[in-house]
Amino acid sequence: MWEDIKSFASTFFVTGDPLIYGADVAIVLTTLAIVFVLTKYKKWGWLWREWLTTVDHKKIGIMYLICSLLMLFRGGVDALLMRLQLALPNVEFLHSEHYNAIFTTHGTIMILFMAMPMMFALFNIVVPLQIGARDVAYPFLNALSFWLFFFGAMLFNLSFVIGGSAESGWLAYPPLSEKMFSPGVGQDFYIWGIQISGIGSLATGINFLVTILKMRAPGMSLMKMPLFSWSVLSSCITIIYAFPILTVTLALLFIDRYLGAHIFTMDGGGNPMMYVNLIWMWGHPEVYIVVLPAFGIFSEIVATFSKKQIFGYKSMVFAMIIISVLSFFTWAHHFFTMGAGADVNSFFAISTMAIAIPTGVKVFNWLFTMFRGRIQLKQPMLWTIAFIPCFVIGGATGVMLAVAPADYQYHNSYFLIAHFHQVLIGGVVFGYLAGIYYWWPKMFGFKLDERLGKWGFWLWNIGFYVCFMPQYALGFMGMTRRLYTYGWDLGWAPLNLVSTVGAFMMGLGFVFQVWQIAYSIKHGERDTTGDPWNGRTLEWSIPSPAPVYNFAVIPQVKEADDWWATKQARANGTANEAPAKLEPIHMPKNSGIPFIMSFFWFIAGFGFVWGWTWWIVIGLAGVGISMLVRSFQYDTDYYIPVDEVRRTEASLGRAV
Amino acid sequence: MGARKWLGRVQFWIMAVLASVLLSGCGSEYMVLNPKGPVAETQYNLIIISVILVSIVILPVLAITFYIVWRYRDKPGNKAPYQPEWAHNTTLEVIWWGIPVVIIAILGYFTVRDTYALVEPPNKEVKPITVQVTSLDWKWMFTYPEQNIATVNYVHIPVGVPVQFELTAEAPMNSFWVPQLAGQIYTMPGMAMGLWLQADEPGEYFGTGANFTGKGFAHMQFKVIAEPQEEFDKWVQQVKNTAPGMTRQDYENLVKPGLSDRLTYSSFPPGLFEEIVKKYGHAHGNHPGGMNHYKNNLKNNDDQHDEGHQGGGQQDAGQHGSHGGNDAQASHQHDMSGTNH
Repeated sequence: MWEDIKSFASTFFVTGDPLIYGADVAIVLTTLAIVFVLTKYKKWGWLWREWLTTVDHKKIGIMYLICSLLMLFRGGVDALLMRLQLALPNVEFLHSEHYNAIFTTHGTIMILFMAMPMMFALFNIVVPLQIGARDVAYPFLNALSFWLFFFGAMLFNLSFVIGGSAESGWLAYPPLSEKMFSPGVGQDFYIWGIQISGIGSLATGINFLVTILKMRAPGMSLMKMPLFSWSVLSSCITIIYAFPILTVTLALLFIDRYLGAHIFTMDGGGNPMMYVNLIWMWGHPEVYIVVLPAFGIFSEIVATFSKKQIFGYKSMVFAMIIISVLSFFTWAHHFFTMGAGADVNSFFAISTMAIAIPTGVKVFNWLFTMFRGRIQLKQPMLWTIAFIPCFVIGGATGVMLAVAPADYQYHNSYFLIAHFHQVLIGGVVFGYLAGIYYWWPKMFGFKLDERLGKWGFWLWNIGFYVCFMPQYALGFMGMTRRLYTYGWDLGWAPLNLVSTVGAFMMGLGFVFQVWQIAYSIKHGERDTTGDPWNGRTLEWSIPSPAPVYNFAVIPQVKEADDWWATKQARANGTANEAPAKLEPIHMPKNSGIPFIMSFFWFIAGFGFVWGWTWWIVIGLAGVGISMLVRSFQYDTDYYIPVDEVRRTEASLGRAV
Repeated sequence: MGARKWLGRVQFWIMAVLASVLLSGCGSEYMVLNPKGPVAETQYNLIIISVILVSIVILPVLAITFYIVWRYRDKPGNKAPYQPEWAHNTTLEVIWWGIPVVIIAILGYFTVRDTYALVEPPNKEVKPITVQVTSLDWKWMFTYPEQNIATVNYVHIPVGVPVQFELTAEAPMNSFWVPQLAGQIYTMPGMAMGLWLQADEPGEYFGTGANFTGKGFAHMQFKVIAEPQEEFDKWVQQVKNTAPGMTRQDYENLVKPGLSDRLTYSSFPPGLFEEIVKKYGHAHGNHPGGMNHYKNNLKNNDDQHDEGHQGGGQQDAGQHGSHGGNDAQASHQHDMSGTNH
């Protein structure tokens, strides 16, 4: 009996690595600390009522944000571990399998569990406020999306200490990811973690598409909609077409692994190339899914901090739509070297280069928004200005990569690694950080400290170039990605050491940002006006943080930058505002079902990973029952009476 | 070893100082920028063309960015014009839709031209030599159908002769890359890929696997030794005279996951490469994509077989069971756990 338990425990838990034992201890202690604090201050009820069951888009956004920052931390630690291992030749810090697990985890987390939720955080926090809505189109579904993401991410992260992590790269190319070469459960954790959160992502795409199309304030025609909302719209369209491909692809891979099918296997008539095509049919649009909202953020910030209308609004909209359409016609550039032949390679080379055209136009439009403006170098604008050169260089190396025959020399080398980190960090991360700094006062009612933020900003920026510029050179020196070690003979050592120093500078930048948040909670400049940056769009017309119903009265939109126009009119004394008439506000009720249903998905996923039939049965039954219960709930909404709205507005300093 | 390590350290610090002037000169370690054959040369030229073309756009953009941010910064007394409502100008927008279109059109022309060019042999005057490549976990096996010899983790080629590599895998897909001679191509189970390559100068060239294949991937490096035709012929003859033959059992041992030293064989089982390809090929015939080469290859191989077979068959019969040569011992197969710390 004791022996059985011991042998089970040794396969169930990851053993033998001091780093992981350290993590085990940290996880247990953190959990105990959280439980202790919640119990001591009697906060369990608060947690359940205010957060776990909430359907308020603003709170869901904040939860996405917290998760994504935690994931940024974990993915970042992974990156630093890798850079330590590669700092010098023949370092004996991580062994091959551990290193492989770390780069797989780093990639998966950064794209799917960091970039995606950070993007959804901003969707949630900003879009309804920006279009003058009181919530998203489907608030219950929105909560469900979040909890599916949360439990999917939990499942994926659990493989770190239970069962072992996946080791076959962030896109899990078969046949390496098949049972034959990856017999462990890590690959199944990867599949189910992504599948469960992927359902949530698809639902979010649908939710925000409908929200933007159906819930804009009266008078806000599509061509008067702020550009961030346009970017969300184009991103959501891309999600809706791309994510089902991911779900099907990973489902087929799981069928191979679980039922012994031969869809992508090496033998038995399987076709791994099919997988590579399918995964990139999702994977390429995915990078545009995350970068388009960043473009939207920059457009908002550039206009606000140049005190000038965005230049070439129609071009901007047109460019985003072209990008989201073209993104579906470039997937094969990820494997020019797979021998598809000259016709295919020529097509995909040209279509890839073509994406540079609308992207370039956007850069020019941002520049000419600043031209003849008045540029205030506040934190959001600093990140935006840093983004432009970084993304321009990253885009240029992207065009170089698109030259198919030349790509034969860049493919899978550090040149490629440097390129995609430059567009993903310079574009996506800088963009989301800019967005977080910009909308932070709207979320929490105070600004983040400028001084500490500038330390973070410069460390990130200088660190970025120190880390990734040498990697372009390493690519030319023949260094390929995913090497856990290398020798002295090839001359790769100095540049790798420089790169590691840069990575740690970025890590230090992150530490400064965490410090900045902690410091600003106490000492940050309070936002009493609701409009700390002299903004242009509707979200700045309401108090910070926004009341639960967002708008006491739904605004009537007349202009593209409506709030700016209103302020101008008020200043000129030409404002013709009828006294607002309050009405009871219709709102959705909280529900525990999204949390419970997602938890059952987690149980089912865990069962699938380990092949435990009872867990699968209980999990799926729980999911089904949750759906049934929800189907028979009719009491899902309520009205906020006029008195209460008036009281709330008064307490926020607004007379209605 | 100690001395070598110490030398390595010294060299490292010297290099570290040099690295501070990053990329200032393209030393010989920048392999991609030092092509030694026509295929890599074409690719190098494309790299240069693309750098020039994108620079035409990005250098002015970077300059304009710094200028605008400086000139229009919000500070008291800034006399630069301020036009908060100026948000559209058709001429300007046409210009910056137009510039990238022109640049992309030019670059697209060169791209397409060379994409088609590289499908052809680099030199049609000289009769090419065929070398078959099989990527295994975690080693590279080279078989010469015309010479009927085989090597592991190194390959000899004659200088000035186009080499047609035919590539497959009996392991997760890898990518075959010799940066100074040609860009890479995937090796995949069940398929025969094609790659043209030619060395114009004798030398030892660095080759590596570029697509991750698991635990031993980092060790999948090999050497390409390019030498004049006579020396190449001499080497072939020497291999035939001194090295043991490869038996099926030897091959089965190579397939097992693990690392390997350089190995040399004076023969290999006839049709081994085609067998590996067909083993994982599809019952329903050719694959889409990638298979332009496939038909040709199989046809070529059949022809070549007739040549290769006679010699191969004889040698095979003669050398069966006597593979106790210097190089080809099973003990050279390391278990990866040995390299694992």
